[in-house]
Amino acid sequence: MAEGTEVSAKEKRIDWLVELEKYALILAWIALILVFAFVAPSSFLQWPTFSSIIFGSQAVLVVLTLGLIIPLTAGDFDVSVAAVLTFSAMILAVLNAKMGLPLWQAVLACLAMGLIVGFLNAFFIIFFRIHSLIVTLGTASVIQGLILWISSSQTLSGVSPGLIDWVIVNRLFDIPLAFYYAMALGVIIWYVFEYTPIGRRLLFVGRGREVARLSGISVVRVRGVALVASSVIATLAGIINVGTTGGADPLSGLTFLLPAFAAAFLGATSIVPGRFNPLGSIIAVFFLVTGITGLNFLGVDTFVQNMFNGAALILAVSLSQLVRGRKEQGLT
Amino acid sequence: MSSSHSELGTGAPDTSAPALFAEHVSKTFGGERALSDVAFSVVPREVHGLLGQNGSGKSTLIKILAGFHAPDPGASLQIFGRTVQLPLAPGQFRGLGLAFVHQHLGLMPSLTVLENLMLSELATRAGTYINWARERQRAREVFARFDLDLDPSAKVEDLPQVERALLAIVRAFDDIRGERAVHDTPGILFLDEPTPFLPKEGVSQLFGLVRGIVDEGASVIFVSHDVDEVLEITDRATILRDGRVAGTLETANALYADFVELIIGRRIEAFQAEAHDLRGAEVDVAASGVTGGTIVDLSVNLHRGEVLGLTGLIGSGFDEVPYLLFGASRADSGTLQLHDKTYDLHEISPQRAMEAGVALLPGDRLGTAGVGDLTLIDNITLPVLSSFHALTGLKRRAMRRRTSELGREFDVRPNVPEKELESLSGGNQQKVLLAKWMQTSPSLMLLDEPTQGVDVGARQQVFGAIRDVAEQGAAVICASTDYGQLAAICDRVLIFARGRVVQELVGSDVTKDRIAEQTVLSLALGNQGEAGTAGHSTEQVHG
Repeated sequence: MAEGTEVSAKEKRIDWLVELEKYALILAWIALILVFAFVAPSSFLQWPTFSSIIFGSQAVLVVLTLGLIIPLTAGDFDVSVAAVLTFSAMILAVLNAKMGLPLWQAVLACLAMGLIVGFLNAFFIIFFRIHSLIVTLGTASVIQGLILWISSSQTLSGVSPGLIDWVIVNRLFDIPLAFYYAMALGVIIWYVFEYTPIGRRLLFVGRGREVARLSGISVVRVRGVALVASSVIATLAGIINVGTTGGADPLSGLTFLLPAFAAAFLGATSIVPGRFNPLGSIIAVFFLVTGITGLNFLGVDTFVQNMFNGAALILAVSLSQLVRGRKEQGLT
Repeated sequence: MSSSHSELGTGAPDTSAPALFAEHVSKTFGGERALSDVAFSVVPREVHGLLGQNGSGKSTLIKILAGFHAPDPGASLQIFGRTVQLPLAPGQFRGLGLAFVHQHLGLMPSLTVLENLMLSELATRAGTYINWARERQRAREVFARFDLDLDPSAKVEDLPQVERALLAIVRAFDDIRGERAVHDTPGILFLDEPTPFLPKEGVSQLFGLVRGIVDEGASVIFVSHDVDEVLEITDRATILRDGRVAGTLETANALYADFVELIIGRRIEAFQAEAHDLRGAEVDVAASGVTGGTIVDLSVNLHRGEVLGLTGLIGSGFDEVPYLLFGASRADSGTLQLHDKTYDLHEISPQRAMEAGVALLPGDRLGTAGVGDLTLIDNITLPVLSSFHALTGLKRRAMRRRTSELGREFDVRPNVPEKELESLSGGNQQKVLLAKWMQTSPSLMLLDEPTQGVDVGARQQVFGAIRDVAEQGAAVICASTDYGQLAAICDRVLIFARGRVVQELVGSDVTKDRIAEQTVLSLALGNQGEAGTAGHSTEQVHG
């Protein structure tokens, strides 16, 4: 009897730690907000700061991160997502603004490009058994070349105002619609991860490829679908980016890559610790953006952004290793 | 007698002393005696066999000499007449002039022969410049000395298995050349089962090398399961049984049967082919012409409710059969007939096999059978996910209920579906993984070492679960080297050697001793089968 109570007491303690771990990122986010609110109360702690900058302007990063965690869950890296995002934005701008095609045709062209890139990534990764990091690094570079080619290295503007209206101008509770699109995608991915066999299969393919194979899962198909999904979702992020900025430039989209990875890994330390999960990723994006926005309000130079994102990525992975040091992380 | 180091540095070696002399070596693992007062002596210029069944203590003895295990107090060890303090530190064996070649050789396949030969030197040597031309020249000289035709620039992955083994042996011997020179001792080389994966011609090449090394004055300790090989190459042999020395034989004066008697502890009766009777039983599963990996042209029939055991020595291929039948590793040819449907094993995938009603529980529990850091729910429901899929998504509550029910049925402790698989004991993990497959009601259940690393109590439960599956009408195939387990659960046991079935035990012959004995004999049975002669020659005399 004594032993039994001891066990349950111990489990209770562990449960409490687990709970803390789950919500540590949210606590850190709140702490960060409080710090900036304290340091710069008049400028930082205003609703427009949150509605426009933190929630509103970062829908692109949220969407990109949500796409990224799909192949990450299946055990593959996709570092071509930022290039696909930029390419998608540029295709949209070229077709719609420069060549005058209707918006829906341009959007279809973007999605088709995402499908093709995803298939190519999957083909080389799966059939030639090349590490995903290498393949997607290569496709990213090829795509960057294509972007410079079709844009002649120029920034394009003048896309249909309808797109801009439906992304950033129209608002609900003063928050641009783009935010709600990103949240809707988050809900869909959460549902797929948690409540469909596909989500379970993704997880098993990522954690134990051999277990998955011997349990009758088509590992090839699961990995392929995951890589195509991340590419297609990256094109959506590109379309939203055009709506947010009103145009496309050949370079700035590429800077989303590191924050997306940082958010994905940081998100994997919370809500469902040890797993890439949509809610954690979304919170992680807001955490990162809050940090950067706050630093901007304090008048810190923009180069700090890079440092903040990079440090956050390394810290996130280190933290998850430290907290869950008892086991090897299934994050790679 | 205090320190090995001070002793080793001084004086000439005692050439009349044994190369290796160990006494009173015991080792206890958690209350269980693995070795009990073992004495082991090897003279210079001798090839000394070390034999014994799995669990006889062979590997424990070797690990003590290699410094992996500390022996129980009271053990003593002398190398070429010098007393060495036990326990040895890891890696210390090299300084004593001992070298080990393990079954898995420790070569890096993508590197060249020369790089592999120099591996330990490259790992430890200081300095900034490697004179590759000189090293290549030296490698050629070493190979020439032992009559080996190895190209230093060839990649190891391009070499046939035999040459890899030869390289590993030469390397081990070459690694201790410095120590041999310093202490003026000829060295001792341990070969831990180097032959099971080699073809017969390869074995004779390897023996040539062993003789070359002995001619240099060294001693070789040859660990093997194969009595024929021991008869051929060794001068003497020590046989371990249940952690004790069962005896030491002068090979020249010993017969095949003498070895077998010491290995399994009693004389064996003359081999008799057993008539077996499957008449009246409904044949439900038929594999025919299965070839792939080590397995050559295997045909086997099972009826409903039968548990068939597969066993053999390492390298005999019996453990590949479940994977071939499941499509987990691709067969070159062969068919599997289940009820009235026939599947081509060259084509079949794990998915197809599952749809056909085949289930495989792999031996590598947390590597290929289940994912340790996922929950019991996740692991158990994986093969049946679609049945929990509704329009609104996965029925999580039903999944939990199923896990909890199966956990109760298979007596999983603790039966907490949210727990991660790896937090359970080995036995309970295995019950979970059995449950994972049993719920699919397979008509053919394939098992690989189902009770490896499972505690005694859980072992009985796993046995019970396996028998239950059979009683529900499935045919079960279980590959294992655990003879007690095979005896406990199997109706019939097939013994493999060199990829072929060489013996079939049924009915009253399915006992632990009988399986052990026939497994020890399996290589001889295989040879006999190939030579087409009846009865093994016991007059074999080693010259």
